[in-house]
Amino acid sequence: MTRPHDMGGRYGDGPVIPENENLRFKEDWHARALAVTLASGSLGQWNIDISRHAREKLSPTDYARFSYYEKWIAGLADLLVHSGVVDPREYAGADPVPSPLADRALRAQDVDKVLATGGPADRPSQVPQLFSVGDAVKTRKVAANCLVDGGHTRLPRYAAGMRGRIVRFHGTHVLPDSAAHRLGDAPEPLYAVAFRAAELWAHPEHPEDEVVLDLWQSYLVADA
Amino acid sequence: MPHDHDDHTHPHTLLPSDPALRIKALETLLTRKGLIDPQALDAIIDTYENRIGPRNGAHVVVKAWTDPAFRAALLEDATKVVSELGYYGRQGEHMVAVENTDSVHNMVVCTLCSCYPWPLLGIPPTWYKSDAYRARAVREPRKVLADFGVALPSDVAVRVWDSTAEVRYLVIPRRPDGTDGLDEKALMDLVTRDSMIGTGLAHYPAAGTT
Repeated sequence: MTRPHDMGGRYGDGPVIPENENLRFKEDWHARALAVTLASGSLGQWNIDISRHAREKLSPTDYARFSYYEKWIAGLADLLVHSGVVDPREYAGADPVPSPLADRALRAQDVDKVLATGGPADRPSQVPQLFSVGDAVKTRKVAANCLVDGGHTRLPRYAAGMRGRIVRFHGTHVLPDSAAHRLGDAPEPLYAVAFRAAELWAHPEHPEDEVVLDLWQSYLVADA
Repeated sequence: MPHDHDDHTHPHTLLPSDPALRIKALETLLTRKGLIDPQALDAIIDTYENRIGPRNGAHVVVKAWTDPAFRAALLEDATKVVSELGYYGRQGEHMVAVENTDSVHNMVVCTLCSCYPWPLLGIPPTWYKSDAYRARAVREPRKVLADFGVALPSDVAVRVWDSTAEVRYLVIPRRPDGTDGLDEKALMDLVTRDSMIGTGLAHYPAAGTT
């Protein structure tokens, strides 16, 4: 996978600019973009993995030039069309057709409840747990979706083909590589895996530093 | 600051920026289709602008600092413990608390998107979602910390948590020395949002406030 969103470890991005902690939304439209995205999500036509994939599969040029919430808007506009909620002609100015999903629209009085309920990703699974805390593992050599060519995955490129050790078992969770493509939840064991910085980078800043990632069991093999 | 004063008019501010128009168009279309209730949007914005923010996380941190049983329970099962305080919800369904010590400093990033514990910290700051932070935090965390004015001693290891799943991490910063006499509220004022992401440290009390 070489999508532009997978940027961990990339060189050349310049300084991180800290920000006043009291600032919530830099622009009014940022707040609007967030709210329209959340309200549209509550129509139940996609899950979080599908929406992440919609943003990361924007054209590389758009992904690079759009600001953060512009990516959200663009991803949402695509999702609405691909889910059949909006007809592209409506974006072009045709009269809007009332939607059969209108009775699912999020109402103001339900906002607190919906935000407080969230959407937990843990699910019972039949997949046996292969690893325990302390086990040495190795990640897939290539950070690619094994079910869908060019599809969504949550193994970043910088951590592919690397040796690490299990530091935590999180239970069994929805597999994004499947759920992002409407192939079902396919829940399986999820682990926190620690990698020494010296394993990941040719010139680590410090010999004792490490990076921990949450990785699904199918991303891992035992490291003999 | 880009706009220190607003007593003159910039020509470019008379029209909304391009993305502002795009989101307005999308909101209008979805409203006309019956899919969006504009009042629900206002309620969502009010929630994240005024009601859910880093004070929730600071409350958790201070309880961990002051109550050993709470701290132990938090490190054992953070989801359960923060839920009991009412801090459960969207983007905080699976919480893990990681504690800074004399020898380990924790720091959180999401290199693939912008995963962040909303119920405890609110909406992430712009820098957390920036390419620079996402790209650099895993390779050169100490240089990133320097951008925040933080220098760690060489005997402290950095552990960077890349949020690749739905698990969200809260950093418990070290309690500053000399804060034994402070009450909960005064302690909460020392806990910054950045200290709970790991790009900052908890503040020392200002001279004279004890």
